Amino acid sequence: MISILATEGAASEAAAAGMGLLHNGLLVGALLFALGLVGILTRRNMIVMFLSAELMLQGVSVSLVSWSRFHGDWGGHMLVIFVLTVAACEAAVALVFVLQAFSRTGRLDANAWQLLREAVLPQTIDQALPPIDGAAVHWPTLTRAGVEPEHEEDALLEREHV
Amino acid sequence: MAETSFDPVTVLLALVPALPLLGCLVTVVQGKMLGSRAHWPAVAAIAASALCSLLLLGITVATVQGPDGGHGIPSRPVESVHTLWQWVRVDNAIQGVDAVSGVASSGAASTAASRPFAIDVVLRLDPLTATMLSVVTFIGLLVAIFSIGYMHGDPGYPRFFALLSAFVFSMTMLVSASNFLIVYVFWEAVGACSYLLIGFWFRKPEAAAAAKKAFLVNRVGDFGLAVAVFLLWMTYGTLDFHDIVAGDGTIISGILGQTRLTNVEGIVGGTVGTAICLLLLLAACGKSAQAPLHVWLPDAMEGPTPASALIHAATMVTAGVYLVARSAPLFVACPDALVVVSLVGGITALIAGLIATVQNDLKKVLAYSTISQLGYMFVSLGTGTLLGFTAAIFHLVTHAFFKALLFLGAGSVMHSMGGVIDMRRFGGLRKLMPLTAATFVIGGLALAGVPPFAGFFSKDEILASLHTRAYPGGHGDHADEAHADGDPLDASQAAHGDHADPTHANVSAGSLNTPTTWKAIWWMALVTAGLTAFYTFRAVFMTFTGPLRVPDEAGHHAHESPPVMTYPLMILAGASVVSGGLIFSSDALGSFLPATPSLWAPAVAGTAVPHAFHWNIAMQGTLAALVGIAIAAYGHYGRRSDEPQMERYLGPLGTLFANRFYLDELYVITVVRPIQAVSSIAAAFDNSVVDGLVDAIGRLPSALAGIVRRLQSGLIQRYALAGVMGVLVIVASLVWSLKQ
Repeated sequence: MISILATEGAASEAAAAGMGLLHNGLLVGALLFALGLVGILTRRNMIVMFLSAELMLQGVSVSLVSWSRFHGDWGGHMLVIFVLTVAACEAAVALVFVLQAFSRTGRLDANAWQLLREAVLPQTIDQALPPIDGAAVHWPTLTRAGVEPEHEEDALLEREHV
Repeated sequence: MAETSFDPVTVLLALVPALPLLGCLVTVVQGKMLGSRAHWPAVAAIAASALCSLLLLGITVATVQGPDGGHGIPSRPVESVHTLWQWVRVDNAIQGVDAVSGVASSGAASTAASRPFAIDVVLRLDPLTATMLSVVTFIGLLVAIFSIGYMHGDPGYPRFFALLSAFVFSMTMLVSASNFLIVYVFWEAVGACSYLLIGFWFRKPEAAAAAKKAFLVNRVGDFGLAVAVFLLWMTYGTLDFHDIVAGDGTIISGILGQTRLTNVEGIVGGTVGTAICLLLLLAACGKSAQAPLHVWLPDAMEGPTPASALIHAATMVTAGVYLVARSAPLFVACPDALVVVSLVGGITALIAGLIATVQNDLKKVLAYSTISQLGYMFVSLGTGTLLGFTAAIFHLVTHAFFKALLFLGAGSVMHSMGGVIDMRRFGGLRKLMPLTAATFVIGGLALAGVPPFAGFFSKDEILASLHTRAYPGGHGDHADEAHADGDPLDASQAAHGDHADPTHANVSAGSLNTPTTWKAIWWMALVTAGLTAFYTFRAVFMTFTGPLRVPDEAGHHAHESPPVMTYPLMILAGASVVSGGLIFSSDALGSFLPATPSLWAPAVAGTAVPHAFHWNIAMQGTLAALVGIAIAAYGHYGRRSDEPQMERYLGPLGTLFANRFYLDELYVITVVRPIQAVSSIAAAFDNSVVDGLVDAIGRLPSALAGIVRRLQSGLIQRYALAGVMGVLVIVASLVWSLKQ
């Protein structure tokens, strides 16, 4: 790849230095992407999985920046800023999902959610986890916002678990 | 060939079937709305149709000109052909047919004319058709009027009149069509109407089974007609009855056209001719309930009684007689086939007469009587003489009157008795329903052949025609005939001249055609005449004499039927009294029918004998009838009909008759059971192999899905892994393709 670029680009010192920078940037990006991929495939903690996904995103962003700098085109930088913005929004949404999932089961384990499997298949349990006594543990809840609607006070205090 | 310009006769002839068809369609569409007035379209249409038929009959009578002012053999045939439209046309369908004589010629001898296969919807008017049309529509009208009372309140009221109308349409088309294929179509159509009317009360298992039986037994006969039509086409290269004048002036002669009939070489005899005739006879046996295909008609009595009267007594079952009479020249060319016709008729008449003597169901008695009388007509047809053919049609006409009368009378009894038809459960009804009783007795006298009622004259004609064959030398009335040997057939055979062995025409290859056979048939006919009188009056005495008894089903309203039912009875009774004497004394049919081309053909007309009253034959017939009535009176007059009957004197024979000669059982063993066995094997094969294959193919996607389904684990990381793998595959393939 380098040889191809070398024949196309100007055979100057500056070009050689830029090539080295690109090379390193791409390596870091690939490394980040691979780490994130391995993380998302192997870890079952939903927060860690989410972090791994962010890692993959950043790996791609690094590659984009590297290419952008190599070509002297700001489009790549702009795209990365855009990706970061989206990632921030996505982080907010994803964390809400994770929190809701957690409050349903009391676990961060992604394997606790297998409801989309075929009805005839058994649940996959590679490692049995100890049951959670919902009454014994008290988990923090989100603060309520806005005007409180009319409701029965008692109903709010009743919870299946968590 | 008439042009398609619509002259009045064409319009009338087309209206005869068209009006009942219209009546049927109106009833089908509007029946529910009309409710209890649903009879109006059908009755009005059939009445108009009957009017048209009578007009046509009048026109035909006026056209027939006898040599001496309307009597004797007409000098020329009366035939008019009316083409409505063309149904089928296939160009160059047949080659190697001599277009002038129309005789199929093989190989090099052919003039190599090429002709289309063309089927026109073409109606004809000749004395035979006019007679049949009048009978069908007139009886149809009376039956339709009777049905207004009889079917009153039935949930299927509109359906009944729609079917009745459809039947009249089909039957009028059948007798006026001038093409064997059109005849075949309406032969099937009347069969379908018959099926639907027998199964009219289809929720009753017996009715459904009877309808199915009638249909299936008729299929056997229809198969014969189909093969006969194929053979006719192969032999003659046309299916038309009439001659067609082609555009260039050449005459394409029809099977029963005048050019062919006047040509001594015209009609094919020999093996092919005999085969055609026997197949036509098979068809006639199916439709006209002749042995061995008669078993459907008694069961057909499950249908409404007016339908039995119209279809299974007066008109449809005579289609076979009509077909044979129409094809008379074909039969006359094949003496072996003729004797089979007579034998079948004679055996049927005798067997049915014997069975009828022990039946306790009034309608069953009449059904077997119908079979027996149709057998009489076939005996007459089989004599192959002009007298025989006209006598058969004469008997057909009078039989239509008195058998319709008897059936409608039975219907009137049944209507009053709350649906009970077993004669042992009622008696002495003459006090309750005097009009029905009187008309029924008139019908019975006509059927028994007592002078001067209608049946006497027609039966006398039949016996006379048979006598000329049974006693060719010693026939007193004809001793001074022009034919030296006394047998008119011999002369006609010699004149006909194209048969394999004209010198032995009378005792030809078929060993059946001997005077002994004819003598046997004569005695069968005579015995049947006695039996007819016996069973008819047995039924009359059981039903109308003795102490008055009424079954519980009749309730308190056992009464004489309403006028709408008794007026048709009285009209038919009048016809049963006078029609025979009128037609015989004026020799109406004898000088009228021979103008039909089929009967005018020299081969047929050459057998004509002078119109005469045969005292010796009439005496024998009347004596047989009186003996029968006397025995019936001795056994049944004035007695309770639920007491032991005369059949106790018959011993084992009575059991044999009561079980209909075990013919039904024979068919069950030889035909029904084997077919059921084969059917059950086929059904098992269908259920296991064919359905199994289909089910297996149906299960295949499901089985494949069972394998792939395991991938759908619901584990998010496996999905992610699958995605990664997919991307890797895409990347790998891209790299590989770039490397190429």
